[in-house]
Amino acid sequence: MNSLSNLPAVLVLEDGRIFRGRSYGKIGTALGEAVFTTGMTGYQETLTDPSYAHQIITQTFPHVGNTGVNDEDNESKRMWAAGYVVREASRRPSNWRSTRSLEDDLLSNGIVGIRGVDTRALTRHLREAGAMKSGIFSGDAAAASDADLIAQVNAQPSMAGRNISAEVSVDTAYVVEPADHGYEGEAKHTVAAIDLGMKSMTPHRLAERGLRVHVLPYNATLKDIKATGATGVFFSNGPGDPAAAAAQVELVRSVLDAGIPYFGICFGNQMLGRALGLETYKLRFGHRGINQPVMDKATGRVEITSQNHGFAVDAPIEGSFTAPIERYGKVEVSHFSLNDQVVEGLSCLDIPAFSVQYHPEAASGPHDAAYLFDRFVSSMDSAAEKDSK
Amino acid sequence: MPKRTDLNSVLVIGSGPIVIGQAAEFDYSGTQALRVLKEEGLRVILVNSNPATIMTDPEFADATYVEPITPEVVEKIIAKERPDAILPTLGGQTALNTAIALDKSGALEKYNVELIGANIEAIELGEDREKFKGVVERCGAESAKSVIVHTLDEAFAAVEELNYPVVVRPSFTMGGLGSGMAYNAEDLTRIAGAGLQYSPTTEVLLEESILGWKEYELEMMRDKNDNVVVVCSIENFDPVGVHTGDSITVAPAMTLTDREYQNLRDISIAVIREVGVDTGGCNIQFAIEPDTGRVVVIEMNPRVSRSSALASKATGFAIAKIATKLSLGYTLDEIPNDITQKTPASFEPALDYVVVKVPRFAFEKFPAADATLTTTMKSVGEAMALGRNFTEALQKALRSLEQKGSELSFEPIPADELDSVMKHIEKGSTERMSLVQRALLSGKSIEELFEATGIDPWYLDQLALINETAAMIAANKDLGEDVLREAKRHGFSDAQIAKLSGKSEAVVRGVRHALGVRPVYKTVDTCAAEFEAFTPYMYSSYDEESELVAHEKKSVIILGSGPNRIGQGIEFDYSCVHAVMALRAEGYETVMVNCNPETVSTDYDISDRLYFEPLTLEDVLEIIHAEEETGGVLGVFVQLGGQTPLKLAAQLKAAGVTILGTSPEAIDLAEHRGAFQRVLDSAGLIAPKNGTAVSFPEAKAIADSIGYPVLVRPSYVLGGRGMEIVYDEASLERYIANATEITVDHPVLVDRFLEDAIEIDVDALFDGTDLYVGGIMEHIEEAGIHSGDSACTLPPITLGPDVRARVKEATRAIAEGVGVRGLINIQFALASDILYVIEANPRASRTVPFTSKATGVQLAKVAALIGVGRTLSELRGSYLPAEGDGANLPDSAPIAVKEAVMPFARFRTPEGKVVDSLLGPEMRSTGEVMGIDKYFDTAFAKSQAAANNPLPTSGKVFVSVTNRDKRSIVLPVKHLADRGFEIISTGGTAEVLRRNGIPTQVVGKLHEGGESIVDLIHAGEIGLILNTPSGSDARGDGYEIRAAATSVGTPVITTVAEFGAAVQAIDALREYAWDVTSLQEHEAALEAARNA
Repeated sequence: MNSLSNLPAVLVLEDGRIFRGRSYGKIGTALGEAVFTTGMTGYQETLTDPSYAHQIITQTFPHVGNTGVNDEDNESKRMWAAGYVVREASRRPSNWRSTRSLEDDLLSNGIVGIRGVDTRALTRHLREAGAMKSGIFSGDAAAASDADLIAQVNAQPSMAGRNISAEVSVDTAYVVEPADHGYEGEAKHTVAAIDLGMKSMTPHRLAERGLRVHVLPYNATLKDIKATGATGVFFSNGPGDPAAAAAQVELVRSVLDAGIPYFGICFGNQMLGRALGLETYKLRFGHRGINQPVMDKATGRVEITSQNHGFAVDAPIEGSFTAPIERYGKVEVSHFSLNDQVVEGLSCLDIPAFSVQYHPEAASGPHDAAYLFDRFVSSMDSAAEKDSK
Repeated sequence: MPKRTDLNSVLVIGSGPIVIGQAAEFDYSGTQALRVLKEEGLRVILVNSNPATIMTDPEFADATYVEPITPEVVEKIIAKERPDAILPTLGGQTALNTAIALDKSGALEKYNVELIGANIEAIELGEDREKFKGVVERCGAESAKSVIVHTLDEAFAAVEELNYPVVVRPSFTMGGLGSGMAYNAEDLTRIAGAGLQYSPTTEVLLEESILGWKEYELEMMRDKNDNVVVVCSIENFDPVGVHTGDSITVAPAMTLTDREYQNLRDISIAVIREVGVDTGGCNIQFAIEPDTGRVVVIEMNPRVSRSSALASKATGFAIAKIATKLSLGYTLDEIPNDITQKTPASFEPALDYVVVKVPRFAFEKFPAADATLTTTMKSVGEAMALGRNFTEALQKALRSLEQKGSELSFEPIPADELDSVMKHIEKGSTERMSLVQRALLSGKSIEELFEATGIDPWYLDQLALINETAAMIAANKDLGEDVLREAKRHGFSDAQIAKLSGKSEAVVRGVRHALGVRPVYKTVDTCAAEFEAFTPYMYSSYDEESELVAHEKKSVIILGSGPNRIGQGIEFDYSCVHAVMALRAEGYETVMVNCNPETVSTDYDISDRLYFEPLTLEDVLEIIHAEEETGGVLGVFVQLGGQTPLKLAAQLKAAGVTILGTSPEAIDLAEHRGAFQRVLDSAGLIAPKNGTAVSFPEAKAIADSIGYPVLVRPSYVLGGRGMEIVYDEASLERYIANATEITVDHPVLVDRFLEDAIEIDVDALFDGTDLYVGGIMEHIEEAGIHSGDSACTLPPITLGPDVRARVKEATRAIAEGVGVRGLINIQFALASDILYVIEANPRASRTVPFTSKATGVQLAKVAALIGVGRTLSELRGSYLPAEGDGANLPDSAPIAVKEAVMPFARFRTPEGKVVDSLLGPEMRSTGEVMGIDKYFDTAFAKSQAAANNPLPTSGKVFVSVTNRDKRSIVLPVKHLADRGFEIISTGGTAEVLRRNGIPTQVVGKLHEGGESIVDLIHAGEIGLILNTPSGSDARGDGYEIRAAATSVGTPVITTVAEFGAAVQAIDALREYAWDVTSLQEHEAALEAARNA
């Protein structure tokens, strides 16, 4: 019955704090940035979210793996997390859609995990000390001295300044057809979606609204975009430091200059911010969870959102302002976090571009913000209308 | 958009007495509501008939009406107070129904009062089954499929679609007559065939069965800007078929993927919008077919509910408080989260622990009742526990129940019983989980058990994990550190480990402490540690890091009363909360320990620190240790939470803990027969003749010497558990044979039973020097009925100053002799003008809140202050009146009548009949009400109306009494007949009445054939019943009459004494236009009279 792997394992943080537990998933060494996520559901989506590349995820909810893994809920072709920290790993999955256990998938994806950790103590530590370098060592790797393990952890590159887009993006472009996603009738518009680590729910949300989605790799050019016949451009979520993505920022500027409607999510929000000339910065421990309250300034209403970001755009949340790159005109912060007033959305007032820092596609998380996809469709509708006049 | 400025005063409707299904959780939610309304500067008016609640403390409202919650009475309050609005969503179904009735009667319109927090249309959409089905459909979701049929052919056609089993419900029949479950064509022919016959419209509803499906509930909040959040998801361990109040429940849901959970969330939001719940909380229940994931919406409650209280305690999200703010016009984002301070309430709590709630039942009080769990709720209380995993939370919750056998044990089920057990567990029962867990030990597989029970395999595997851990302990009896840590991680108590390793609990604890294996304390913070928490709401776990911070002042620990049960309910929570309030006000650092999610005491901002923990010796000792380590402990109060903490007193003291207030030695003195007799002897007091027996011959010898009838009971009990009046030797022998646990330490007490005695209850305070009598209560029924079940009056209405003086002197002598420091409750019996001492309890009693409210003096607060060294004379003029006490209230003092509320209608025998409603020495009431007025008659009338037994002012009265009562009923019955009541009677009683010139209609007894009294009662023709039982007919006509009355809700009186009171009250109802008076008005009048 008890099929969980059960060798000594240790989680080591760059500041020397050490948590001991038992092995989970692959036996070996994992290095990455230690972050925590507070979602109580959705571990399958979380582990397969490319935004978590090079991060060791701590799940604050203590039971993980209860519903096993199914064939429908992956958000990409594989798990991206660098490592996985849980308190209680389920021995027996139970769900009518489950086809295998989570540990099976951790093993087949080569993810080194650790279980039995006081994840709350770890979370409190990360909350106070901030996200930091970390490593999981299990089996023989765990036998090394603490000093040696700390040195291994500190030897890895820091998340700040890293561009990871190439690793997580698709190699070749592909098309997502509305008809394959429950949309009846002719496609309304064509969208070029730049994959910087996109979750599969995103093209689904676009396609089900009648958009034909050309998914393009991270290094696509305006020419590539135009070649698809796209009348709208979407920039996805993804890992890494937005300040290290100069090429993508330039691409956004060329899209804006061409007057093509733009919609960005997460990394795509940071790309818009930087394209407008705004700065981005690293949050102490990030926003990761599916219970994050966001104020929509336009309606005064609150959305409960799915979030996963360690960086944020620096902009004043009150009123509107002229973009530092003045040719883009007036900009306002459209959404902000009610927890800590971090910018959660940007809206250009003079050009058809907007973006949010959170995840309207959810998966995992609430669907409160799904209206943003409709807003994107409308912005393409009005652009088309303008063109036809 | 800030709060509304057009509201100046709000009337809050409470939920009335504690009954099964509507309990202390509404005191918790109502108290939160009142606090919010006061903070917002509104004039607050409250109506609630339940004196044992914190919410009816006069300081929580501007005008507190302890009056019956009926539309008529509430209208009187509205007419008098003219509130701008009524908040009806925090007082359970009682408040909601009252609000609907006031709307229908036009009273709301007449007085221009607005309902806030709900609107009538939304309530009706949510509560009307058919309308709600429409709502669900419009939201694109499904209800259970159903088809209406008029012939058997149609029925068979319908089953093609619905599949077996189907629920068959004939239309328009009374009380579910003819309903049933058809598993096959044969059943369908039989049940639907009969159903078509029963139905006056030849119509039967067939509904697909969702029995055995997974059951979930989502707790939601919505504000006026249409912001909606899900506070908590709750998953039932028991599948559909067991009422969620009777099911073990788990938060958050453990066996749903995000996709499935978000689907439930989407449906919930759509439904709350479609129903139109304006502002506030509601919950929605779902069933999910385990093999396909098909979702069916079961029902919704458009108000704060029992599960809201659970969700609040489980998450730290203060649902009632926030619902109240929303009703005033705030939006979720404008309300701060108290716990994090920096983040708003417009979020969804993230838990990093598991919460398990387990129900507590009282079937031992109703031996005739069918203990099968069904969709009718039967539990009387619940315990909740938090742990860092399911096994830890579950085992903590089970030991929080404090019931023998509630902790899991590890004996396999004998092979020859396994088949019948596998059959038994198909239905819900109190022992189902432990049988399932033991069946696993006996080799049954998870698949087999899932097949039999429908319990999700994930939970079954968790039970298997507990079993494997038990086996690991048993295989490592030397108990190394790793073994202990692993055992503790899965919630094993020292007692369980002791049993598995063949050691004593003390040895296990000693080994554990020597190895440094101790729990840490984590914080409930709503956000899984994402933000700093400012409220110390703690739970234990065997994990690495403790979050307790150092405290400067030494702490005073108050041990609560655990899960509600019959005999130990909300009254004890009241005393605990009062102690905390007084100690906090006086600058002490207060620490509350309790495991009952329904209570005010487990609200995180009542005490300086809350430990949501089981109240076992082990758990309490660990808390004391943790408090010692972080700043020291001044002492522990055990006298406020009833028997639960009291029984820990001696062991805590032995462990070196300082007990505040009455010492464990004094407690033992009062409980120990021989020692207590010496206290009485030296004070010149007498007890009824008595003795102590450990065998039938001993008991017989005692009974022979003191004479029958005798009162027999086990020692050390609360609520009269196992107490019986025995009239002859044969009954005595049967009692001893049935009493399972008689030992030298726990003997049976045999007392002379005083017939026709007046029973007197006293609550008093003693500080070692001075005595303060809180109140003297005179029981309305004569001795023999448990004090918790009998009505009583304060001040006493027939006891003169001389008797009161003797009672007071006796109370002083006992308090002094026992060595009380704090509260004492003494029961006396006055027979032939001799005052007997029945028993003394050196602790807060069930009547403390009633006494406090009736006299305007808060006794539990004073008791707490005595415990920390204050004296009564110091407290005169502040906590106590400057002069006098409750033994000598001014002549003008109002009369308060306490009446018990009984749960008989909830329980059915296996044959489907109501259980007997006869009162006796064993307590069976779940709650109480208070009627208060200038005179006894009106106060009694109010108490009956409040207890849902409103007395009739005309109509038919049925009278049937036992021989010994025949003489005493003539006058009161004649009185009713003279006022136009029609008197109906049977046989012997009718003859007596006729000979006394009282016109009497005679009806047949059951066995006489023809139309019987039982038929008349069922037809609703009888307005009042007097039926005094004669010992032997408990199963005969008397039972049938009482059962019929219980099932249709006719008031039934079983003692002549109470009948006399009822006749007085009927006169008052007929002749005076009685009015409503707030406690504040009563208190002001009392204060003026005291000073006069």
